Amino acid sequence: MDIEKYIASGILELYVSGALSARENEEVLNYAHQYPEIQKEIEAIEATILDLTQKTSPGMPLNGFENIASKIQFDDKPTLVLDTKPKTRWSSYLGWAASLVFAIGLIWTYFQNDQLKSDAEITNQTLKQLEDTLSKVKSAVADKEKILEELRAKDVSMVLLQGQQVSPTSYAKVFWNTSDEMVTIDAKGLPEPPDGYNYQIWSLTLNPLTPTSIGILADFNSNETKLFTLENTNESQAFGITLEPEGGSETPTLEQLYTLGTVGP
Amino acid sequence: MDLELLIQKFQKKDTAAFEKLYQMYAENICGIINVILKDPERSQEICQDVFVKIWNNADSYNASKGRFFTWILNIARNAAIDELRSKSNKEQKQNLNIDYFVGILEGTEEMESKVDLIGVNKLLDGLKELCREIISLLYFKGYTQKEAAEELEIPIGTVKTRNRNCISQIRKNSAL
Repeated sequence: MDIEKYIASGILELYVSGALSARENEEVLNYAHQYPEIQKEIEAIEATILDLTQKTSPGMPLNGFENIASKIQFDDKPTLVLDTKPKTRWSSYLGWAASLVFAIGLIWTYFQNDQLKSDAEITNQTLKQLEDTLSKVKSAVADKEKILEELRAKDVSMVLLQGQQVSPTSYAKVFWNTSDEMVTIDAKGLPEPPDGYNYQIWSLTLNPLTPTSIGILADFNSNETKLFTLENTNESQAFGITLEPEGGSETPTLEQLYTLGTVGP
Repeated sequence: MDLELLIQKFQKKDTAAFEKLYQMYAENICGIINVILKDPERSQEICQDVFVKIWNNADSYNASKGRFFTWILNIARNAAIDELRSKSNKEQKQNLNIDYFVGILEGTEEMESKVDLIGVNKLLDGLKELCREIISLLYFKGYTQKEAAEELEIPIGTVKTRNRNCISQIRKNSAL
């Protein structure tokens, strides 16, 4: 905005005279706050009117204000309190100060107590987590002892399955309990199967070569021990593992034969 | 002391602040009233009443209404005009003499002994008749721009620019 033009318009002279509308008054007030030149000009115009009106004054009696003070003193409006000098005494300050100190102390104690409560809660939670971990570890150890016990049983024979053309580095072990007719497959030496595929275990009899499915290694990825137990009622002479579409196949896909091993004499 | 702070204290009914404001503006308020009444004795009395009114209405002032001086100027001229009307002929109520300065300057003996006529003359030196009329209407009669334009039969925009020229002339005279 053009400040000089605004000043030259004469609006500030009207502002001092009180001739403007409420809206215009607010506008001038805003500009005066914004632009020091405008504020200065308003004060200069006011000073001119003060100068003029002072010179037309008939003068005031020396005790002028005392007369006014006596008039406002006897006015019975309850809002008119002539003696407004604050009646403050040190005791009231001390009282307020003491209560302030007490209040601060109280708040401090409250927050301390709150902090302790929250600390105790955190400790309890940690303790509970440790107990959970311990019980998990105990249960894992028990499981492994059970597996070890089973593998050490007298009737268990171990068959090593060697990696084949598709995956030469793969291997697996089959623990076959002939009296229980159960096999435990240690599949730790197999890579994780791609999505949509399962490893399938085959029992083989030779001459003629006849594969029979024992089952699939379900939930391969989530089984941490990679030990799978399946039923085997066959007179197996060899075991093989192939990669088959999810759910397994009727006959083995020989191109996807991962491991193969024969049962020793 | 800062004027805004002084006014705030006054609005909280601080008599010490009120006394300071009285000392700052009492002469001016009396001067305004005297320009209207052309009666020094009566002006002094009305002036005291005006300050009692200012005190009683302290709550009603706020900065968005304009300058503090403008607010008390308005109270003073209303009181003076009321006084003039109660004295004057009832038929002439709406037709008060607007050229207040002529009355002051023509001066009775009493006026001459109390008012700084030389000072007033110096300030108004070189001011045209229209200037005196505009200033009288706007500052001493409380006319709006539109009312002044109608009274003087000049365009409304002319009131604004002419008034600024008139006040500028007084500013120049004051600086001499």
